[in-house]
This record gives sequence, structure tokens and C-alpha cells, in this order.
Amino acid sequence: MTDTASPATTRKDWASDQEVRWCPGCGDYSILTAVQLLMPDLGVRPEQTVFVSGIGCSSRFPYYMNTYGMHSIHGRAPAIATGLAVARPDLDVWVVTGDGDGLSIGGNHLIHALRRNVDITILLFNNQIYGLTKGQFSPTSEVGKVTKSTPFGSLDHPFNPLSLALGAEASFVARTHDLDRQHLQETLRRAHEHRGAAFVEIYQNCNVFNDGAFDTITSKQNRGANLIPLVHGQPIRFGDEGERGVVMDDQGRAAIVDVADVGEGALLVHDEERPDPSLAFALSRLAPGPTAPTPVGVFRAVERAEYAEQVSAQLAAAQTDAGPGELSQLLTSGGTWEV
Amino acid sequence: MTKQVKQLDRVIIRFAGDSGDGMQLTGDRFTQESAAFGNDLSTLPNFPAEIRAPQGTLPGVSSFQVHFADHDILTPGDAPDVLVAMNPAALRANLGDLPKGATVIVDTHDFSGRNLSKAGYTTSPLDDGSLDEYALHQVDLTGMTVAAVKEFGLSRKDAARAKNMFALGLLSWMYGRPTEATVDFLTRRFAKVSEIRDANITAFQSGWNFGETTEAFAVSYEIKPAPMSPGTYRNITGNLALSYGLVAGGVQSGLPVFLGSYPITPASDILHELSKHKAFGVTTFQAEDEIAGVGAAIGASFAGTLGVTTTSGPGLALKSEAIGLAVMTELPLVVIDVQRGGPSTGLPTKTEQADLLQAMFGRNGESPVPIVAPQSPGDCFDAALEAIRIAVTYRTPVLLLSDGMLANGSEPWRVPELSELPSIDPAFATGPNHAVDDGDDDFWPYLRNEETLARPWAIPGTAGLEHRIGGLEKGDGHGNISYDPANHDFMVRTRAAKVQRIAESLPPLEVDDPTGDAKVLVLGWGSTYGPIGAGVRRVRKAGYRVAQTHLRHLNPFPKDLGEVLARYDKVLVPEMNLGQLSLLLRAEYLVDAVGYNHVRGLPLKAAELAEAIGELVAQAEGVDVDLTPAPQEALS
Ligand code: SF4
Repeated sequence: MTDTASPATTRKDWASDQEVRWCPGCGDYSILTAVQLLMPDLGVRPEQTVFVSGIGCSSRFPYYMNTYGMHSIHGRAPAIATGLAVARPDLDVWVVTGDGDGLSIGGNHLIHALRRNVDITILLFNNQIYGLTKGQFSPTSEVGKVTKSTPFGSLDHPFNPLSLALGAEASFVARTHDLDRQHLQETLRRAHEHRGAAFVEIYQNCNVFNDGAFDTITSKQNRGANLIPLVHGQPIRFGDEGERGVVMDDQGRAAIVDVADVGEGALLVHDEERPDPSLAFALSRLAPGPTAPTPVGVFRAVERAEYAEQVSAQLAAAQTDAGPGELSQLLTSGGTWEV
Repeated sequence: MTKQVKQLDRVIIRFAGDSGDGMQLTGDRFTQESAAFGNDLSTLPNFPAEIRAPQGTLPGVSSFQVHFADHDILTPGDAPDVLVAMNPAALRANLGDLPKGATVIVDTHDFSGRNLSKAGYTTSPLDDGSLDEYALHQVDLTGMTVAAVKEFGLSRKDAARAKNMFALGLLSWMYGRPTEATVDFLTRRFAKVSEIRDANITAFQSGWNFGETTEAFAVSYEIKPAPMSPGTYRNITGNLALSYGLVAGGVQSGLPVFLGSYPITPASDILHELSKHKAFGVTTFQAEDEIAGVGAAIGASFAGTLGVTTTSGPGLALKSEAIGLAVMTELPLVVIDVQRGGPSTGLPTKTEQADLLQAMFGRNGESPVPIVAPQSPGDCFDAALEAIRIAVTYRTPVLLLSDGMLANGSEPWRVPELSELPSIDPAFATGPNHAVDDGDDDFWPYLRNEETLARPWAIPGTAGLEHRIGGLEKGDGHGNISYDPANHDFMVRTRAAKVQRIAESLPPLEVDDPTGDAKVLVLGWGSTYGPIGAGVRRVRKAGYRVAQTHLRHLNPFPKDLGEVLARYDKVLVPEMNLGQLSLLLRAEYLVDAVGYNHVRGLPLKAAELAEAIGELVAQAEGVDVDLTPAPQEALS
């Protein structure tokens, strides 16, 4: 809720007095800075904002925001945030989670929050490793990953977080990364504007336990060749000269082509508002992992009934129909007798 | 023909049949009729965990016992005076509970061939003399029902389904129950299908008429209304009373109630009931699992509403980490555990009290949680209000331990006047509470109220009070993360002291010791109140002295409990577990508590309990104890 009468905020109003304690060089710093700088722009108030997190490096995030916040227990942030958002639809509720917190121990809460479409903005910092517990493979680590708990290489097939979110019928699904503040902020702005559950995967470098996991696609020199920006209504193309593009083959699969080979007219035009999720899903499957050209931006942004609003509407309708509840009437409902 | 009418002071009837025979409905209707008539009563539904166990088999038997009387009674009764058995399995499963001479009314329809063998009979008990010691009435309930409802053109199967109403009609005649409410009920229940409605009403009336005209039943009985203190009464189950208590707690505190819950037997009815009361601003959220249920409730409490979660033992186990979070964040939260037989899935539809230690200790770290327990179905209302008072006043999760017997059992309940209900003040923080060196003020979320040790509850939306809470240890006062050893020690002790501080707000324990010089005290908690009271009455009636007290608060204990225990030579602690309260009492007060423990999934039996009390009285007083008046005379 925006209070138009109240003065605009600055970054200072959003930063708490707590010393930030991530490892030097951690990607979490740049995400925090981007968020603190973005908030004044969103026209929201710190007292109306709540950050909820679970457990893990990323989940320390709420302590650094001068808003209401809860650093809760492992994996449960989406459930807690759901209660908050349903009880108080006037609040602006954010969830900060990671690949272990949100996709492993808390996977169930994440998919259910997405399917219900509660108005919360979920930031999943994906560093493809367990940082806080010092370097075990995570549910997004690649097969064969050698870690402390997998000295012979991990056997686990990883989740694709976006495919998972789309499978849960999330109404807003996007991806960004920690090295491009502008893209990050633009993506978060869109997520925040979205009415319903917004899911944003943020590729985040853990320089201690999984350094350079996203270098192939996110470093300045590789970005042009390997990040595929999704722009609504535009043909999907990338490469330093825009020389490559994405087409949809006759099997419904997205594929990468040279624009020169197929002609610009053959390129897939991105439509984030398409009601069925198949286009977004095909795009989410385009890259096998952050090691090959990977789409970033908003995959899907559709309108779907928001949960908390409907809960409030049912409460309001009940009170309009029956009038506000009368306790004495309730207690004597059903048969009574006098002694 | 004029029939004889006999006066009785109390009767225990058990309706038993296949789970598809509608025995719970039949029992419930008989209960409503008895309540409307003005008898005191107590009920015990007993049904299988399976929705439809194989028809006609012992595991598929469902029963409903109702005890009604012209005086104040405390339990559903130990042994039925009358058994209504709708099939061979129902007879076989229940006969063992009957005293010799009891009345047995049997639907003869299924006493043949396969139906007998399914129940494990090789010969028909109706013919082989095995029921000689009972007053047996053989009635073709099914056949007569089908004949009575012929005009409505139902299939034979649908027609036969009305047999429970025929049985209800017959029993209603036998005990002079008023029938209008049941006819109204059937009219409403089957409003959409007129043939079924008419068939059920006709079957019900035919049952009554059959009783009045047949020579098979020569006597009907009269049980006068019981004297009760003046007021408006209704019949109520524990789960309903608990739901109403939660709604009332919302009204009395001005906090919207938010229930986060996952369906589980026997707690689901609270979710069902609360979902009806949106007009009171009650939100119900059926979560994806038990953890999400409590998690959402914690989020709702942080938001400034009243977070509640309902569950049973297995669900409580899943919620423990989240309850620990509420302990650490010091947020109000009401956790309701309707206990059932355990461990693991255990006996989902049967009663037990074996979650006390889980409630007390079932979390990591030093994680104190106040515990309250209701003692009867109607008392669930007051217990819910008390749990809310403690949660809101002391900013803490509170565990309310109900159980399957309270949840589904019912009793007449005097509806309280609204002026009798406690008012509960959420007292949200509205401004800064702490001066900073530079002369400014700021907000410290862990600065405590000196009297209650409660921290301020500052809710989102309040400008200037933004703060972060979480599961990591908090620094005293300012509430920022602290790993300081001395601070942790201090905070652990402070959280424990806060829960102990609740005892300052509790009234002295009420001890029922009529002669004032008993040497034996019987101390219980929860649903054993009824059986203990009935057992104590038997002992007193036989001329012996015994004192009784019952705990509403299990953590913290009332301040005078130690002193009360010290007044008696012997303390008996009956529980439906292997001695969990005994363990706590021994640890806290070094008292040699004697346990009386059964975990049969059923309420304790008053008669057996009386024997156990008698034995202790004999030891304490050095006398011989003889409790044997005729069983019919002993009050229950
Ligand atoms: S362990 Fe990795 S993710 Fe965690 S703070 Fe350090 S660098 Fe960041």
C-alpha cells in the first residue's frame, strides 16, 4: 500500500543498522544493494513491507532491511509468508530463499504458494550449492558435482527451478542474475508489480564453495553470447550482434538458430502473457544449465485470481450476507432449552 | 393395550451396527432427544478408522453409547444396560461389555449363513442358548422397515437403510423420548429427496408404533429430567465447544482468528466448524501439510491476528520445529492437539492422553510452552479462551491438549452469558520504548513487561517500529542476533521464567475434600475428570474419605500444587498413558505419585478406578475397604 502523503524514501530508510555478514565477494551483496536501491523507486513504505526468509546464506537478507522481517526456519518461509499475506492483504510481502531452502527442504511450500497465487514476491537465490553448511551439493547442482558429501560425484539429477515453478502454474516466472544491477532491478520491479505469487530465480555466485558457476553466461565478456534476453512482443534474439535467435520447432521445442539461416521472420516472438504455459516451459528447457545460452527476463506474467483477495472477499461476503457475527446467537444455535 | 411404565434413575444404551448402518447418527439423535427432555447425559462414540471397513465384519463395527440420567452424571458409563445390535458382528463385538441380565435388542435379519460366519459365529447365538443370561429381544428390524416404507417405491437396499430410524423410534418409545426434533431433523436432512425423507420419518414412526403395540415389549421406562442450575442449555461436543471458544476468543480480544490446519482425525471437525464462521472474521487456511498449517498461523500472528493451528499427535510432531520458532520469536500462537492413540499413526479414532510429554518437551533446546487441558466436552470452550488469554498476554505459543473422547463425546452445556467471558487485551505496541544516547527514541522488540515478562507485539504497518525477529538467539532488549554466551544463558532462563510467571495469574487449585481429612488425593488432568469423579463418588458412597482435584494447567502448574500434594499421604494419578503426569509431579515435587494407567483407546472405567482408589485408601488408613453396593445403585 502506498501512502501518497508520506515523504519519499531513500536507500538509507531501507538499510538496517546491522553489519552485513556474508563472505567478502559473495553475490548476495550485490542483490542486497540492488534491492535497497530499488525500494525507494517502488513507492512503498518500510513499515508496510515484510521480508520473510528461511535458513541459508540468502536467508540472512531480512536482517539487513529496515522493514518488518522474519528469519524463520528451514524451508518454511513461503508458508509463513502466506499466513502473513492472507491475514494482512495490505502488506507488501517478500520471500527470500535459496536453492536448498526453497527447492529441497521447503519444496512443498514453494509449489503450493505458487499454485495458490498468494500475493508474495519470491526471490530464490540460486548458487547451486549449500553455502551455510559449508559446501554440499544442492538440488540444483549439476550431476557429477564433487562436494564434501559427494567425493565421487553427485548422482542427483537437478531441478530446473523455472520448469518447476511453471509446473506449479506460477503466474509470474522470471530469471535474472547478480552481476547486472539494472536487469536485476527491472526484473524485481516487474515481480513486485505482479498481483499474485511472483517467482524470480536469481543466479548468485557463491565465491567460497561454488565460485564461477555462472561465469559462462553472466560474466561481462560472455553475457552477449550466452544470455538470451526475453522481451515481451519481440523476436527472441541474442549474440553480440544479435546474430542468433530462438525458434520453436514443430515438436513445440525451443531451439537456438543462426538468424542468417532462418531469417528474422522465423524467430519466436516472446509472449509472456500467453495463458498456457507451454511457451514459457519450452524456454525454461532451452539451456541444460548455466553453461550454454540461457534465457533471462520475464518468462511468464499472466493474470490469475489472487488468493488473499479471494479470502477477504469471502469474509466480506459472509458479513454482508449475515451481518457481523453475534456471539450469543452462535452459542445458542442448534437446539437449546431453559432450566 | 396399556403398558407398564417403570421409573429408572439412569440408563446406558449402546447402538451398534456396521459402519454403513448410521449408528453415529442414531446415537446422536437419541442424545439430542434426551438433552431436550432434560436428562443429564454423556456420550461415547466409537468407530473404526476405516471409512468403510468390510461389511458385516468385526473391524467394521461402529457404536455409540449414551448414558442419561435424572441426576448429574460424569461419564458415558462403564457397561451398557441395553445393547441394540444391528447385525451378528455388532452383537459379537459388544456382548463382552454387557453385564448379565442386560437387555439385548437384535435385528434378526442378518443372522444366517455367511453373515454369521463373517462375524465368526459357527452357530446362531440366537438359537444356541448363548444369550440365555440376557433379556433378549429378537426383532426383524430390517424386514419391518422395508415393509413400512414400501409405499415410497425405494429399492430394497435404500428401503433397508432406514432401519436405523426404525430402531431409534423403538428406543425412543421405550424411554419416552420426545420425537418432534428428530422428525424436524429428518425433514431438513433429506429435504432434497422426498422419498428418502418420507421413508426415514415413516420408519422412525413405525418403530415407535411397534414398541407401543407389540407384546414383545411389555414395559417402557421413565427417566425424569435431572436438576440443573438455571440457565440456557444445549448439547455440545468437545470439538464444537472448542471451535466456539476460539471464535469467542477472537471476539473478546478483538483479534481476527486465523486457523492454519491440515486435516487429521480427530481434530478435523474444528477446521470444518471454524470454516463456517467467516461472519466473525475467522479465516481458515487448509494448508499443504502440518508444518505449513502452523507456519501460516505464525505468519498471521506476526501480522497481528490470532494464529491458531489444530492437529493430533502425529501432526504435533511435525509442527515441533515451528512451535520452537514461536517460542523464540515470542509470538502468540494457539496449538490444539486433539490426542489419539499413538505412537505413529496408532489408533486414529480412539482416545489417549499420551502426548503430554511431547507437548512439554517435544522440541529442541530449552523450549518451554504453557499447556492447558479441558476436562469435559463443554469445558473445551473455557479451555480455548484460557489458551488464548495466555498466548496473547504472554506472547507465547500455548498447547491445548484435548482428546478423542472429549472431541466426539457430548454433554449438556450451560451457555455462558457474554458478561462472564474474560476480556483479552492484545496491547499492540504503538510507539518507541527505548531512549538512545543521542536523545532519540527507538524500538526494542525484546524489552519486557516487568509483570508478565512479555515482549511488545509490534505489528507491520506501524511506522517507526520496524524490526526483525527470527529463530536465532536474540540479544536481551534490542533483539538483534546475539551469540554471546552470557546472553544466551540469560535468555534461556528468561523464557523459562516468563512461562513460570503465568502461574501468578492462576486461581488456587480447587480441592474437593468434603470431610477435610482425607488421606488420599486423586489428581488428574483432561478427559479423565469424568471417570475419576465417578470413581471417587463410589468410594465416598461406600463410606470412605477421598479427595479429588483436577489440573487445568499442566505448565506451569498452579502455585499451590506442591502444598496441596504435601497435605495427603497418598496421591493417585489416573491417566490414559503410562504415567506422564506422574513423572512430571515426581520430578517437580519429589512426591511418590501412584499411577493408574490404561491405554486401551477407551475412557477409564469408573468401577475399576474406584477399586484402585479403594486400595490406596486401605493402605493409607489401615482399614479394609469394601466397595460392593449393588452396581445399579452406585452413582456414576
Ligand atoms: S558461503 Fe557462499 S553464499 Fe554463503 S555467504 Fe559465503 S559466498 Fe555467499
